[in-house]
Amino acid sequence: MTDVLLEARNIGKKFGGVQALKDVSLTIRRGEIYGLIGPNGAGKTTLFNVFTGLYPRDGGEVLFTGQPLALESPHTVAAAGIARTFQNIRLFGNMTARENVMVGRHVRTKAGVFGAILRSPAERAEEAAIRRRADELLHYVGIADRADNLARNLSYGDQRRLEIARALATEPQLLALDEPAAGMNATETVGLRQLIDGLRKDGLTVLLIEHDVKLVMGLCDRVAVLEYGEKIAEDVPEAVKNNPKVIEAYLGTSAH
Amino acid sequence: MTGAWSTKEKIGLACVALALIALPFVLAMAGTAWVRITNFAVLFILLSLGLNIVVGFAGLLDLGYVAFFAVGAYVYALLASPHFGLHLPFWLILPIGAAVAGLAGAVLGAPTLRLRGDYLAIVTLGFGEIVRIFMNNLSAPVNITNGPKGINLIDPFRIGDFSFSANSGALSGPIKYYYFLLLVLLAVIVINRRLQDSRIGRAWVAIREDEIAAKAAGINTRNIKLLAFAMGASFGGIAGGMFAAIQGFVSPESFILNESIMILAMVVLGGMGNIWGVIAGAVLLSFMPELLRYTVEPAQKALFGRMLVDPEVLRMLIFGLALVLTMRFRPAGLWPETRHRRELDADRK
Repeated sequence: MTDVLLEARNIGKKFGGVQALKDVSLTIRRGEIYGLIGPNGAGKTTLFNVFTGLYPRDGGEVLFTGQPLALESPHTVAAAGIARTFQNIRLFGNMTARENVMVGRHVRTKAGVFGAILRSPAERAEEAAIRRRADELLHYVGIADRADNLARNLSYGDQRRLEIARALATEPQLLALDEPAAGMNATETVGLRQLIDGLRKDGLTVLLIEHDVKLVMGLCDRVAVLEYGEKIAEDVPEAVKNNPKVIEAYLGTSAH
Repeated sequence: MTGAWSTKEKIGLACVALALIALPFVLAMAGTAWVRITNFAVLFILLSLGLNIVVGFAGLLDLGYVAFFAVGAYVYALLASPHFGLHLPFWLILPIGAAVAGLAGAVLGAPTLRLRGDYLAIVTLGFGEIVRIFMNNLSAPVNITNGPKGINLIDPFRIGDFSFSANSGALSGPIKYYYFLLLVLLAVIVINRRLQDSRIGRAWVAIREDEIAAKAAGINTRNIKLLAFAMGASFGGIAGGMFAAIQGFVSPESFILNESIMILAMVVLGGMGNIWGVIAGAVLLSFMPELLRYTVEPAQKALFGRMLVDPEVLRMLIFGLALVLTMRFRPAGLWPETRHRRELDADRK
């Protein structure tokens, strides 16, 4: 079963004179955890931002579930079924945890101004469903007891979880996590690992950018390595680990 | 938000309602002028609540809000005065005014979508001035607004033979307008509260909190921002229509930058994003100058035997001081958003 969920072809991105991404192609299969690693500045987050519509790309195309992905804007990408989290957590700080997740339901619901003003039965039913789903998701990521707390007052690990819950609320087919373990302590990382593992068991496809090589190698089905904006390897973790190019990228070549 | 009110809340609510109903008669004893002052205060509350959608909920700093007040006022003036010889009924013009102002809000909002904070404030300030200057100059070649002379003899609200401007028994004109304004205010408060607790309201706050995250969570920030501009502006349009009818006269002079700043100050002073705070801010800032006008002069005459400081000067002094003190000691406003309180409740459980 090699059902392709996302296929990127020859993605390019330039910032002024810097070629941040050069002809990057990769395929993510349905149901797998796909790791993206590489040294600092290799272009991981840039690629991520291109996939999620935050940066316009300079070349190439992305197919998602066989269709060309509309990359004009992040909200069209979210509607298509790709949700993301951010390397430097971006929550709605002055909203409660529950409200944060409820915002994630926006793209799958449709009540407008008049429905809200008139409190139509359809609007009330939708609101109740949004709230119920938000509570389910908070429970799923394990922070149900924090539902009424403001997002900015949650602990670091809980904020990461809340961001994942908000992303899940958009009903994604692909969940893209940008360095979710960054800044976490050992216990929190173990918890995160269980959470991501659970996501895969529940049938979600995950794209994972991570610095924690141990986490990536232990968790991912396949791993791609970026260096200077180019993909230098894409394989199962074991093969990537022993790939001479990868070792060179991480450790450098011996001096002449 | 729970639907059920406790008995205590019901009694409190009934007391407030009774007080508001009795208020104009009490004020009328001190002089009809006070009822008029109250009516203008209610107009300012309406304006602040409209601006609160844009600034408080969606976090878009708008310094040209008075433009929509002007649009509403001119729509009413043009459709119910001898200027064009049109005399449409008010219940038809007010919705038209709201719609035209809402459209103006979306049109003026569209070019500012990529701007935030100071930059947005400067552009909206410019738009506010442009609208006023248009009103000032659209008298030639075709006379639309009658230029700086303004439009006079605007129809009052009228239902059949019942005119809002004439006295009928104990009900003076201003008192009738007061009750009408109160009803509109009640409707606007309900609309505001419902919007705040809705899918759209959450999207507004999400944009205010973090625009990039809001986009990534699937919110079409362009449409939702335009909606905020349009909704806020339409409230301004309704207030403008009522202003024109109560005054019976509009001219561009009523819609200067100072008014925009005043409305913004009401929102900020009261507590951005919190409906009750905004109302408190508007009440405070609209009554304060009037109170000063009536107290400063006699007080100085009694103390020094003559006027030393003009009340107008003192007004700005006290006004400025009040703003500085609020920002120093209560930066979130006198009565900040309830989200914080909600959390305190959650912690106590």
